[in-house]
Amino acid sequence: MSTVDVLLQQIVNGLALGMMYALLALGFTMVYGIIELINFSHFSVFMTGTFVGLVVLNLMGVTAVSKSLTGFALVGTLVVLFAATMATTGVLGVLIERICLRSLRHVAGTAPMITTIGVAFILINTMLLIWGPQAQRFPQLLPNWRWAVGAAEVTFKQVVLFVVGLVLMLALSHLVKRTTLGKAMRATAQDADAARMMGIDVDRVVVLTFFLGSALAGAGSLFFGLYYGFTGYYIGYTTGLRAFTSAVLGGIGSIPGAVLGGLFIGLTQSLGGQLVGVKWTDVIIFSLLIIVMVFRPNGLLGAHVPQKA
Amino acid sequence: MAALAGWLGGRRGLERWRTLPVSRRRQILTPILLGTGLLFPFLTSNAGNVDAAANAFTYVLLALGLNIVVGFAGLLDLGYAAFFAIGAYGYGVAASGHLKPEWSSLWIPLEWAGQVSRLVVPGQPDTVQFHFAFWPMLAVTAIVCAIFGLLFGAPTLRLRGDYLAIVTLGFGEIVPVVARNWEGLTNGAQGLGGIRTPRLFGVEFGFSPYPYYFLGLGLVAVAVWISIRLQESRLGRAWMAIREDELAAGAMGVNHVHYKLMAFAMGAAVGGLGGTFYVAKLTTATPDMFTFPVSVMVLVMVVLGGLGSIRGVVMAALFVAFLQSVILQELTEYVHALGRLVGSDFLQRIELITSLELIFGLILVLMMLFRREGL
Repeated sequence: MSTVDVLLQQIVNGLALGMMYALLALGFTMVYGIIELINFSHFSVFMTGTFVGLVVLNLMGVTAVSKSLTGFALVGTLVVLFAATMATTGVLGVLIERICLRSLRHVAGTAPMITTIGVAFILINTMLLIWGPQAQRFPQLLPNWRWAVGAAEVTFKQVVLFVVGLVLMLALSHLVKRTTLGKAMRATAQDADAARMMGIDVDRVVVLTFFLGSALAGAGSLFFGLYYGFTGYYIGYTTGLRAFTSAVLGGIGSIPGAVLGGLFIGLTQSLGGQLVGVKWTDVIIFSLLIIVMVFRPNGLLGAHVPQKA
Repeated sequence: MAALAGWLGGRRGLERWRTLPVSRRRQILTPILLGTGLLFPFLTSNAGNVDAAANAFTYVLLALGLNIVVGFAGLLDLGYAAFFAIGAYGYGVAASGHLKPEWSSLWIPLEWAGQVSRLVVPGQPDTVQFHFAFWPMLAVTAIVCAIFGLLFGAPTLRLRGDYLAIVTLGFGEIVPVVARNWEGLTNGAQGLGGIRTPRLFGVEFGFSPYPYYFLGLGLVAVAVWISIRLQESRLGRAWMAIREDELAAGAMGVNHVHYKLMAFAMGAAVGGLGGTFYVAKLTTATPDMFTFPVSVMVLVMVVLGGLGSIRGVVMAALFVAFLQSVILQELTEYVHALGRLVGSDFLQRIELITSLELIFGLILVLMMLFRREGL
């Protein structure tokens, strides 16, 4: 393969990965947009989602040694898998908000953020206690079909991830832009107090935001499981931080920004791994994060927001 | 302290203690605390306890350093382990034989000072063997860490508080990765080994825990003294003003970027002291010692002790260290015994020390929900 072909291949890989980061970044961005909180527990909700997916698959009789499925069996399994996992992680996100964050909503300073770090540690170590420290194999549902597109090779797995990601994002975009609930969300993000005065139940909007964000994280966790074919208690941290970088890169609080940032980070990871070396990937991504924070703290698409007193 | 006074002197004693001015209280307490600290190794017969206490002093140092940043100035630093790592590797590189630059005449002054020596290998260019002494390096690593604190802080401190947390998190991630990958300097994932231990008046500290205990106690005493002096200074008051209301402080003429940078640099310097001490005692440094959970552990200590409370932070750090090294192991044995008694296989295998981070998580959440001001 020539250099151009290799780069083309890495771009294809990067776009599929980028969809996963974008889904995760959406959760960060939505919560930040509404209550200005950096939710570190989002990492671990994502990680928990991979295990939920594993359990759902096992309940349906699919294990790590099963053969990949085709036809209606595959479509049906995927639909049930995504629906069940996303519902579970969504409820988990709502529980985190209700139990740990609601009473801290009006506390200024670092307290809510520290709480989310605590929640992350609790979830990570609970999973460690249940599943043990070793990596778990994630069933390879999707058949290993591949097609040549130009010089690069596109796998069926990548196509499925890309399409599912796109569908979810379009659904989210429809929800936020076209429905009454979405209007309430946007109003709350702009000014929670004014929204309350207009009769919007802000608590309900926040709960809904956590549900949606965590459900998208659940979808992202299935992407991780299907793409890499394993999971472990430790995966949330690195992936979550990269997704977070995506959100910041795109402009935290901006939904299209999160998608753009996610794709960008996916490409950075695959191209950086190819050109510089895999062991430096995190240094590249976090340096990027710091550079963006320093020179363009509002991100690529974020609007300038004056500091609230 | 008040409880102790009450116990010693009854109700009247407690009232008299409360009416004493702070300076007088300090005059009484300082010798008592220092005396207890100095006598502790002679009271316990177990060298393991002294060793655990010496390790605990590392945590106290780190917690005191982070307390300057998070507690005094209200800047959430989630990558504090980076400074711990820089301090540790700073001494580690200077006092182990890993780095061997080529000999040149520039090294001659250091050779005279007895800090490096010329290594002659026939057939190869001469190289320099580092064996910098511990005491000057203590100051050097503190200064290097302070400079890194300024470097990290300068571009980021203009940002809002929650953005700062992310950037520090990013730095905290980058430093261990660099330590793992820059093999020429740090020997990669294997880490540095054979780091020289400190010497005092020609006596090598070696592997006995006793000298480290006293060294650690001394460093902690210095850090506590610095913290108290800072808290009561103009600088400390400016930090508190920024912490409580940055906009109002700015309006009152407090140059917050300047003061935040000072907090960052000083916290980093104390973290560097902790790293140097830790590595001198352990004689190895590996990248895994400085990952995110370490930053969170130090944060747990500061949160538990109460942000900004020097006394609380010291006690919380000692408590967390004690929890880690003694309480959890004892509890594990009890649980195993219980498991044997009821015939439960699960209870016999459980290792509570692996749940340490779970406990940290619970502490963070519960403290934030119910006692944000600390214990």
